[in-house]
Amino acid sequence: MPVRDDAKDARDDGRYADALVVLRNVDKHFGALHVLRSIDLTVGRGEVVVVIGPSGGGKSTLCRAINRLETVDSGEILIDGRPLPAEGRELAALRADVGMVFQSFNLFAHKTVLENVTLGQVKVRKKDKRAAERRARELLDRVGVASQADKYPAQLSGGQQQRVAIARALAMEPKVMLFDEPTSALDPEMINEVLEVMQQLAREGMTMVVVTHEMGFARSAAHRVVFMADGRIVEETTPDQFFSNPRSDRAKDFLSKILHH
Amino acid sequence: MFDFLTGYDLLGAFWVTVQLTVYSAIGSLVWGTLLAAMRVSPVPLMRGFGTAYVNIVRNIPLTVIIVFTSLGLFQTLSISLGAKDFTTINFRLAVLGLITYTAAFVCEALRSGINTVPAGQVEAARAIGLSFPQVLRLIVLPQAFRSVVGPLANVLIALTKNTTVAATIGVAEAALLMREMIENEAQLILISVIFAFGFICLTLPTGLLLGWVSKKVAVRR
Ligand SMILES: Nc1ncnc2c1ncn2[C@@H]1O[C@H](COP(=O)(O)OP(=O)(O)OP(=O)(O)O)[C@@H](O)[C@H]1O
Ligand SMILES: [Mg+2]
Repeated sequence: MPVRDDAKDARDDGRYADALVVLRNVDKHFGALHVLRSIDLTVGRGEVVVVIGPSGGGKSTLCRAINRLETVDSGEILIDGRPLPAEGRELAALRADVGMVFQSFNLFAHKTVLENVTLGQVKVRKKDKRAAERRARELLDRVGVASQADKYPAQLSGGQQQRVAIARALAMEPKVMLFDEPTSALDPEMINEVLEVMQQLAREGMTMVVVTHEMGFARSAAHRVVFMADGRIVEETTPDQFFSNPRSDRAKDFLSKILHH
Repeated sequence: MFDFLTGYDLLGAFWVTVQLTVYSAIGSLVWGTLLAAMRVSPVPLMRGFGTAYVNIVRNIPLTVIIVFTSLGLFQTLSISLGAKDFTTINFRLAVLGLITYTAAFVCEALRSGINTVPAGQVEAARAIGLSFPQVLRLIVLPQAFRSVVGPLANVLIALTKNTTVAATIGVAEAALLMREMIENEAQLILISVIFAFGFICLTLPTGLLLGWVSKKVAVRR
């Protein structure tokens, strides 16, 4: 599908009329610590945004604020034109539309792989159990772990668990997927199998916000790189521009550190 | 040597003990789970009620609770729990008292189990759009129960032994019969040994079985 390139052109032209995730002037404190400072960010439908930056810069908090796992102090967050509802049924419904993949996988430990992927479809989307299982097997096949369907998460490798977690999120048919350092807890040989699944998703036109330090992924899949430090968006540009010619000192400093590893 | 036993319904008395235990166990498991749910609920009123209940109830001696069901509920407020004859009324009152008391301990055991469930499990559940009650029912409680089968076995064993307090309000379970036999017979030590053995027969298998279950259902992380 050519969606990715279209989206990329649209981004470059700056004609993103179709905004899916919008953050306006968002602020958040943890006690005295100011973790998000007047964040403005718009993610267009079909766009892939990579968030990168030093540890403690607020990347996870930003991700978690988007589906309100973390509340914010002020500012506005809209998903597909609707502001995030307060706690309750409506919020639960919104969360189902926003898929989330965690660094530590967080598969439901007492359920099999198949049950992990059917649970939300049945309990939230109210799908019939048979249809949910069929869909789950399709998705497990797509991420390459179909043969593990009846095992428990602890019996799988990290890479397999993370791919199941992606399938679990996709099963909800989300409008946007959030990834918070999905490969940081993985052994090096398993990183690629997860990145490939993500790349495939990006090619199919999924809207994605990805916190990662994987430059290969950023270069090949991202339409835009957002560099965050000390709770601020310091720089926002194309991957090529960011990696070859960063403007801010903060970004130069950060890149020189991760490139020399 | 065991001639003195004739005329006493030993098995019948232990059967009442078993019935007291089973009904109270089921009731306190249900009520204790609800209390635990209240204690972790986001609603402050529910949390407050759960906390107050546990802290009051577990600090009152069981005897006082059981006596209150009889003197307070039945004789003062005429609450007879739908029964007509005294045997049934007292049995039900005793079960009510045992549930009231044991649920506080079930709640605390469960709550410690809830604390062993990693926060990431709850976040993942919320992230796919499950509501708070669903997260509790589908993710947190099933994992919590699996990690507290051992502590719950202890609560169940304590409950089995605590049923003897029902004798205070005249429920014809094992301890009441023992008192009667001690008054009428000469073989005091032998009588104690028989009843001790009876209780061990009830509690030891429970402990062993649940110990095995506990290993079997443990959540692997
Ligand atoms: N629940 C919390 N309570 C208090 N402080 C927190 C909490 N969560 C995060 N913080 C702090 O907020 C700051 C931003 O954290 P955040 O996890 O968003 O950073 P990050 O950019 O994701 O970092 P990393 O690369 O290490 O994951 C950090 O200083 C962190 O210690
Ligand atoms: Mg983080």
